Amino acid sequence: MTSKTSAAPIAFHIRGGRLLDPKQGVFDELDVIVLDGRIARVGKSLATPTSAAVIDARGKIIAPGFVDLHAHLREPGEEGKETIETGSNAAAVGGFTALCAMPNTQPPNDCRAITMLIKTRAREVGGVHVFPIGAISRGLAGEMLSDIGELKEAGVVALSDDGKCVMNARLMRRALEYGRTFDLPIVQHAEDTHLSHGGVMNEGASSTRAGLPGQPAEAEEIIVARDLILVEMTGARYHVAHASTARTVEMVRQAKARNLPVTCEVTPHHLILTDEACLTYDTSTKMYPPLRTHADVEALKRGLADGTIDAIATDHAPHSPNQKSVEFDCAAFGIIGLETALPIAMSLVREGIIDMRRAVELFTTGPTRTLKLPGGTIPEGAPADLVVFDPDREWVVDRESIASKSKNTPFSGKTMRGRAVFTTVGGVVLFDLDGATS
Amino acid sequence: MNRPKQDLLGIEPLTKAEIIAILDRADALYATDNAKSDAMAGKTVINLFMEPSTRTRTSFEIAAKRLSADVVNVSESFSSSKKGETLLDTAKNLDAMKPSAIVLRHASAGAPQMLSSAVRARVINAGDGSHEHPTQALLDCGTMRRHAGKIEGLVVTIVGDVMHSRVARSNLFALSKLGATVRVAGPRSLLPPGIEALGAEVFDRVEPAMEGADVVMVLRLQQERMNGGYVPSLRDYSRFFGINARNVRAAKHDAIVMHPGPINRGVELSSDVADGARSVILEQVAYGVSVRMAVLEMLAG
Repeated sequence: MTSKTSAAPIAFHIRGGRLLDPKQGVFDELDVIVLDGRIARVGKSLATPTSAAVIDARGKIIAPGFVDLHAHLREPGEEGKETIETGSNAAAVGGFTALCAMPNTQPPNDCRAITMLIKTRAREVGGVHVFPIGAISRGLAGEMLSDIGELKEAGVVALSDDGKCVMNARLMRRALEYGRTFDLPIVQHAEDTHLSHGGVMNEGASSTRAGLPGQPAEAEEIIVARDLILVEMTGARYHVAHASTARTVEMVRQAKARNLPVTCEVTPHHLILTDEACLTYDTSTKMYPPLRTHADVEALKRGLADGTIDAIATDHAPHSPNQKSVEFDCAAFGIIGLETALPIAMSLVREGIIDMRRAVELFTTGPTRTLKLPGGTIPEGAPADLVVFDPDREWVVDRESIASKSKNTPFSGKTMRGRAVFTTVGGVVLFDLDGATS
Repeated sequence: MNRPKQDLLGIEPLTKAEIIAILDRADALYATDNAKSDAMAGKTVINLFMEPSTRTRTSFEIAAKRLSADVVNVSESFSSSKKGETLLDTAKNLDAMKPSAIVLRHASAGAPQMLSSAVRARVINAGDGSHEHPTQALLDCGTMRRHAGKIEGLVVTIVGDVMHSRVARSNLFALSKLGATVRVAGPRSLLPPGIEALGAEVFDRVEPAMEGADVVMVLRLQQERMNGGYVPSLRDYSRFFGINARNVRAAKHDAIVMHPGPINRGVELSSDVADGARSVILEQVAYGVSVRMAVLEMLAG
């Protein structure tokens, strides 16, 4: 397995696969030819241009590169956990060609200088597209607004204090209003921290059994309910990060029915794990929001199927072993997710929860529509940001071959089904599992 | 206990037969006044107590010494997240000195599970956070059995801070396996969600919960619960949830009163009941040594 096999765009002919582009309504056996970093031609049984590498995509799906709305790249400040480069590599391995970088770096991305630094580093790395998300509040302190206008000018695509909830309703109102002025949506980490105080897993029968302090689902739901009222008041765009409870999904469903500018995402792990996983005291089952109940998982799946949930977003949260190889209640919240998102979505397809088209939509046009990002579709002429994946490829999550710098995943050692085999951004090959272009 | 590595991490993983085997052995030891034996001669037991404890540590120490084990007490009043060495490093270092058993008391639920996978020594849970305190439940069950002749069919009412109580959880697991009816009673703010799913009948007032009870088990109310807003004041708590000579009368006439200690006299339990005829609190302590001898002998002897 290699990452970044070519530094410059190359020409290639992806042959024999099925192209799935939800935005264009295409799901058909089609060849794709990439020249000069763009989609040059899409069609049936195309002739291979001279000097183009041939990628055999039989049995595989060609899709627009995946877009992750929610990743923690840890740079600047915590490069021991992840860097823009290693995070980009992990993204490419997972089939992503773009991701949104959350602002809780050290220092946080609450000003133009940090936004520029992230963009510059991403350009130097030359990997996946990195869209910075700016902090709502200065220093993520939840007290004063960041220089939102300047952040927009510097290139942030949304605002969030993710990792922390904007608890102060007045600040939230102002953030929605000021953000709306600059067409920046607010991405909320919904957690009433008074109610969740001290909780390290979901509150319920499992936390009672484990003897671990729980945080109730209501801690999330109360904030979403409050925010939806503020959205109605301000008319601003609002996005619920990592929705995890049945009632959150229901509230978003109702808000959408009333045409409020509301969207939400769900993480892969909240779709397949429940709070019973915490009974092992494995710290890789500890994250925010906590793993919920079976009923919540079922509600999230219904939300995926009926369109209430707009995107699957990884909440990729790298942590060092020092912060995870400790007692459960002392361990850091969060798990990595970029490399295991696709197989989890594929498991939902096999289960019949969503179809393949919807699965790809949740990684492509779902996220790009949500934060008004470029990409998510690959018509002729578009930049060649695409992935070829094998929905049935079995592989084992091997700690040693995880591309992320951190290895904190509950799926370590597990067999997954479904995997990206080839990822390219603008014709530059970032990931080529089978060495098709070498 | 037919397991590859015999640890006592909690009551929940044990079978009824395993619990009864421990109690039978403890009864036999109790009958000899916990007589000294050489069952663990030449072996080392480390009491790793990461949380303050006098009674449980002393009980384990005496138990091990009666079995002729060499006992080392390690008390560390820090948690790994705050400073210095991690729990895993501490445990691995101690394990390298080849103890037969490590007895762990820790403020974090699940700490014994974590240790179990990292050390060669047998791990005995002496209380982990709000999770389990298996030897306490075993000594409680043994004491009940000595008084009632059997556990099956008993009605046991556990009163107080069930939410934060490892004693309540371990007793609930043990008593359910042994066929007793378990009631838990306390203010709703101290009753953990989903406790019914673990087999408990839930009461929010003391008197109805005591009706017809064979055993009244009173839990300690930690002073810090006031800060968490779980109860308004000691005064209000003791007035409505404290066990006293008046409300204990709702239980059976020959009901016994238990407490894992240390008692907050006048808060969860009045002195007249604590020192009265129904109280078996000191007998619990005496039997505790027998249970810990039985556990040490069976796991590490």
